Amino acid sequence: MDENLVFNYTISGDDFTRAGEASSDVKNKLKMMGLDNNIIRKVAIAMYEGEINMVIHANGGTITVEISADNIRMILADTGPGIADIDKAMEQGYSTAPEEVRALGFGAGMGLPNMKKYSDHMEIDSTVGIGTTVTMDIHI
Amino acid sequence: MTIQTLIDAGIFSLKVTGDPSKNISKVFCCDLLSIAMSKAPAEGAWVTVMGNKNTLAVASLTDISCIILAEGIQLLPDDLACAEREGITVFTTDLPIFDAALKIQELFA
Ligand SMILES: Nc1ncnc2c1ncn2[C@@H]1O[C@H](COP(=O)(O)OP(=O)(O)OP(=O)(O)O)[C@@H](O)[C@H]1O
Ligand SMILES: [Mg+2]
Repeated sequence: MDENLVFNYTISGDDFTRAGEASSDVKNKLKMMGLDNNIIRKVAIAMYEGEINMVIHANGGTITVEISADNIRMILADTGPGIADIDKAMEQGYSTAPEEVRALGFGAGMGLPNMKKYSDHMEIDSTVGIGTTVTMDIHI
Repeated sequence: MTIQTLIDAGIFSLKVTGDPSKNISKVFCCDLLSIAMSKAPAEGAWVTVMGNKNTLAVASLTDISCIILAEGIQLLPDDLACAEREGITVFTTDLPIFDAALKIQELFA
């Protein structure tokens, strides 16, 4: 690939039933590009968890996926409440998910740890009251 | 074993056929989606009581072969249509999770 491929998604904040569509779309695109299944799985997990977090915790946002010859970068930006204590949020099992969301199967407090585990590099930039941007890289 | 083996065994009721020729690699039980997301084996048969569109999204992203909804849990018509579109095989059963998983495991023998 000579030029980077860029895909942009807008994630709606109030629709649980559509959450995951952006991740599915990226997964299908990577499949069509013939990428290694293991890489596709890592991208699918990391992006889905980020996408769901935007819906549950931040009232939606935008996702940009940049694909170059040797890297897939996912930038998830929201203007939600922000994360006060990022170290705490990164702990396995820590969750502020409300009851109605837990009833759907979310709230194990494993999303951010999964994103960290399945990406090769992750950065969280968050300001309370302003929003959160999560950047993840997965090397090809 | 394939999904067809599971269909022919007649232990669960088939709600969405999907692709019966798909392989089943192993049985997997989990009701928390972010744990399932990272642990679900590719081509697994996933037994769960969590029946909603998010279950389908996780199944499709992790390349699960089929979902078995235990404890009499049913998908809403809208979600069934979604599973049809995505080609995800869905079974239901009144059995508890463990018993349902054991029945599948026994078919591997
Ligand atoms: N984009 C975000 N904006 C604001 N807070 C967030 C965001 N993402 C995560 N958080 C906070 O970090 C916590 C931990 O997130 P994590 O994804 O690990 O677990 P969860 O979403 O609560 O549950 P799970 O992902 O297991 O279903 C959340 O409960 C929430 O308080
Ligand atoms: Mg989460």
